[in-house]
Amino acid sequence: MSKTLFDKVWDSHVVQQIENGPDVLFIDRHLVHEVTSPVAFLGLKNRDIKVLYPERTFATADHNTPTRNQHLPVKDKLSANQLKALEENSKAHNIPYWGLGHEKNGIVHVIGPENGITVPGATIVCGDSHTSTHGAFGAIAFGIGTSEVEMVLSTQCIMQPKPKSMRINVNGKLNKAVTPKDVALFIISKLTTSGATGYFVEYAGDVFRDMSMEGRMTVCNLSIEMGARGGMIAPDEKTFDYVEGKEYAPKGADWNKATEYWQTLYSDDDATFDKEINFDASEIEPMITYGTNPGMGMGISNDIPMAEAVEGGMATYKKSLNYMAFAEGDAMIGKPIDFVFLGSCTNGRIEDFRAFASIIKGRKKADNVTAWLVPGSHRVEEAIKEEGILDILNTAGFELREPGCSACLAMNDDKIPAGKYAVSTSNRNFEGRQGPGSRTLLASPLVAAAAAVTGKVTDPRELMEEVLA
Amino acid sequence: MAYDKFNILKSSAVPLPIENVDTDQIIPARFLKATERKGFGDNLFRDWRYNSDDTPKEHFVLNNPIYSGKILVGGKNFGSGSSREHAAWAVYDYGFRCVVSSFFADIFRNNCLNIGVLPVQVSPEFLDKIFKAIESNPETELEINLPEQTITILESGESESFAINDYKKENMLNGFDDIDYLLNIKNNIEEFAQNTPL
Repeated sequence: MSKTLFDKVWDSHVVQQIENGPDVLFIDRHLVHEVTSPVAFLGLKNRDIKVLYPERTFATADHNTPTRNQHLPVKDKLSANQLKALEENSKAHNIPYWGLGHEKNGIVHVIGPENGITVPGATIVCGDSHTSTHGAFGAIAFGIGTSEVEMVLSTQCIMQPKPKSMRINVNGKLNKAVTPKDVALFIISKLTTSGATGYFVEYAGDVFRDMSMEGRMTVCNLSIEMGARGGMIAPDEKTFDYVEGKEYAPKGADWNKATEYWQTLYSDDDATFDKEINFDASEIEPMITYGTNPGMGMGISNDIPMAEAVEGGMATYKKSLNYMAFAEGDAMIGKPIDFVFLGSCTNGRIEDFRAFASIIKGRKKADNVTAWLVPGSHRVEEAIKEEGILDILNTAGFELREPGCSACLAMNDDKIPAGKYAVSTSNRNFEGRQGPGSRTLLASPLVAAAAAVTGKVTDPRELMEEVLA
Repeated sequence: MAYDKFNILKSSAVPLPIENVDTDQIIPARFLKATERKGFGDNLFRDWRYNSDDTPKEHFVLNNPIYSGKILVGGKNFGSGSSREHAAWAVYDYGFRCVVSSFFADIFRNNCLNIGVLPVQVSPEFLDKIFKAIESNPETELEINLPEQTITILESGESESFAINDYKKENMLNGFDDIDYLLNIKNNIEEFAQNTPL
């Protein structure tokens, strides 16, 4: 019987099927961070059991960490306590722990791939909804709740009904200044934030095939923002090249055996999906969001839609615009902004910093803008320095912070103040997401850079003319 | 952790007719710093419920004494966003045992089921009827009958059935949790793991 990529990976991990119930799914690799794990470890303690497979478990500190002076003790007592809990729990259960200052420390979804923890065909979970990032390698990866973290720690399994399948094909050639982030925001704007709920998505077509691994990670990362459990892309030579030689990736004979298997990971020609959607790459322009969920996005040169033109509840739509202090019919171009955030598991990788630098090179940060540039990991930070990007940033009046989730969810001190506008490369523009009362405009690193040097929402294509001439 | 058994729940309900209520609204990230599962109900809908000086926002439904009960009724796509189980804990800790909506985000639904809060998905039309019934009489009671898988507006007798898989239903009825089940088949899991290289 013909199978989808998703079927192949899922079916090979089912330990048991329960009639009229979930599948018992074996998890190859489990990523753990400080915020969603302490109560799970407490559960193990209460049952007096140990982590079943510590060698399949990896812990890092990222959500609740400062992005400055990481060598000093963490000031916030509750945050420090949570970090300490993770360190102690990791030690007690023999789990590798990459805490603050560790060379491998960084955002959990950035360091997984960097260290070869993320490999094709694997099942990967983490108590974080953006775990879908790892799907870029042809893995089944998704976010779980703390009860499920406890299940995986104690039994390496979770219980989930198999989701429905959806394939999103984007074919053709992308326009100038259109990045993977724009492709994802475009798809979400078409499907809405609940359009893929209940589905696991496979991304296919020219656009994803031609995309870098970093770009694929950005796209898969945002799958959850349309409600999907996860998103994945069939692995290819690009994937294998990325994984080869990484610390936790298979080596030698195991590598040959693994790649042989990985080459079978694609959707069969006659495999059927519960839903299939097609988009034309040429329709996509640089995107920006104007509302309070990631589905409220549009091409940057468009005007904010009128309430009547929008599907769904008008009251909810108006509440959203009211929060943003935007009006129906407003143009986004030219809107003044206060903050720029470059970073997060969505856009905190080296390619994102390269893109940002390509626009700001030879320009200056606008005086009215506060910019927080936060690498996804120490490895990314090193690459920024090695490639000379740090010099470009500094010359233009920007500084680089230390790695972490930072202003994406504003658990640490990196909070956008109430009423202020932030052009952010992160993943969510929910009310108060980046700090109580903060107003978020989600966009690509190019759009963020254009805003950072002009102090307002600016079409990055205007600043790229000479590059393309 | 085993949780409360759920059988038949009869209660008035608190209406929140807003769509796409995300988990950052249910519990903002800055309240996720605890290392124990305690006190999350105090911060349920924190920024909709309180001003920045911690005074209650008069117009928010949880601050309106005419609405109360163990059932929270939300608009379409309830619980989208972050996987934080803290959102379900906050709902539970506040005193809700059931959330009704016309559509739930996946992870939130799972999290609820895993801690003993019953997510009941109804048709958009029935959701509308519930909101109208509460609007005309805030004390109107709903009956959630898990064995029969029905939800009824008691005043009018209007009723609809809801779906839940047999396994989860059994768990909810008995207060069982998944970990007990998994620990029980640990031998099968260990055998499976041996054939599944890292």
